[in-house]
Amino acid sequence: MRYSFLSILANGLNGQSDWKPAWRDAAPKPSYDVVIVGGGGHGLATAYYLAKVHGIHNVAVIEKGYIGSGNAGRNTTIIRSNYLLPGNEPFYEWSMKLWEGLEQELNYNAMVSQRGILNLYHSDAQRDAYARRGNAMRLAGADSELLDKRQVRAMYPFLDFDNARFPIQGGLLQHRAGTARHDAVVWGYARAADTLGVDIVQNCEVTGFLREGGNIVGVETTRGAIRAGKVALAVAGSSSRVAEKAGLRLPIESHVLQAFVSEGLKPVIDGVITFGAGHFYISQSDKGGLVFGGDIDGYNSYAQRGNLPVIEDVAEGGMALMPRIGRLRLLRMWGGIMDMSMDGSPIIDRAPVPGLYLNAGWCYGGFKATPASGWCFAHLIARDEPHAVAGAYRLDRFRSGHLIDEKGVGAQPNLH
Amino acid sequence: MRIPCPYCGERDAHEFSYLGDATLVRPDPAAVDAQDSALADRFHDYVYLRDNPAGAHREWWYHANGCRQWVRVTRDTRNHAIAGASLAREPGDAA
Repeated sequence: MRYSFLSILANGLNGQSDWKPAWRDAAPKPSYDVVIVGGGGHGLATAYYLAKVHGIHNVAVIEKGYIGSGNAGRNTTIIRSNYLLPGNEPFYEWSMKLWEGLEQELNYNAMVSQRGILNLYHSDAQRDAYARRGNAMRLAGADSELLDKRQVRAMYPFLDFDNARFPIQGGLLQHRAGTARHDAVVWGYARAADTLGVDIVQNCEVTGFLREGGNIVGVETTRGAIRAGKVALAVAGSSSRVAEKAGLRLPIESHVLQAFVSEGLKPVIDGVITFGAGHFYISQSDKGGLVFGGDIDGYNSYAQRGNLPVIEDVAEGGMALMPRIGRLRLLRMWGGIMDMSMDGSPIIDRAPVPGLYLNAGWCYGGFKATPASGWCFAHLIARDEPHAVAGAYRLDRFRSGHLIDEKGVGAQPNLH
Repeated sequence: MRIPCPYCGERDAHEFSYLGDATLVRPDPAAVDAQDSALADRFHDYVYLRDNPAGAHREWWYHANGCRQWVRVTRDTRNHAIAGASLAREPGDAA
């Protein structure tokens, strides 16, 4: 059923009795042209664009849990394209463009809200770095505006401008950035892919790979073997665990990132604000809770829960930025597992094993990348060549030295 | 999370900083001809590739706000339970 004003009206009159499940709960068939491992945003977007753009409909997405149970439901919903490096910025700007048309494309309300993201700067050197980044964004076709203190004060008068250690001097604003409803994004992609014939198989965990000769020709799962022309991994957080079953060692460490939401408030923050002197970012959900987070915990973890030192650090960052949140109570906090790559940038490439494709290493920036990641991964799978805006995300860049290190901290994943 | 420093006793993880996998062994440049691509491969593997296990993980922690010694800790990455710790200068197993 196509969602529209008329479908809402009709269901309003008949007691909401005509709604159908948004996608079929498919059982796995014995074989597919493409099997995508991982039913998160990236895997579902890949399946959707394979069917929509490349005409490959005989596709299965297999997910070990249920749709929305992993990082798709754990992120902090921010979408943006404010990167510096040429390997990154065109990719994220393409993602931003796809976000702008996503709801019409999917016929699903993903609550994309271009409310703007403001990165604050606190020193002359930081202002210069932000001016450079803003210029790099504009060169790649994105929007950016460098604000001074007066302009920032007009937007957010309650920030601690005269903080003794980190006075706010201004900020870099991307107007077109914002937020999206994270689980509606996976639901929307799942429904749209299902409509195009993609099988979404939940509660189906990969336990191994089928091989013939040196090639991978399918997967062993908890729901039986599934043969596939091509197998594509989109399992960020667990990439090393799944790739290990194919005999691969990846340039990735898994780390836990915590996020927080406060009790609901009346509207107080109408955009996304990031603190420039520590790692803290905050926005307000449409339900009223302040959604915020900071650094990863900094040690290898698959636990999906973190420890208290980082919670304290995040709270301190928040208090340094806007002291008025000091009396707020936390409603919830949670952890998700990040694929921290060795240069802080992702990998979209063919694996060194024939028949296997790799989408991994998203660090804590995977949500905003969802549409372009699916778009570029589908392109790679369908045509066996990288998409133009994802050409730098090669697995062998660590060997060749063509790293994409936005922060310039080297092969130390917990610092990215 | 508390880390049982062999010198200071059990201390909060706040006092430590993390370096990562303690099982990696730096390749010996003298062991292979420096022009040999095998040496570059070994350094690539050493610098960039990780086992990243879900389970027991042997890792380096530096007790910066304590005895300032490097500690080799064995920790389960699925639940953060620590099985053992030894000083880096002492050879042998941590667990």
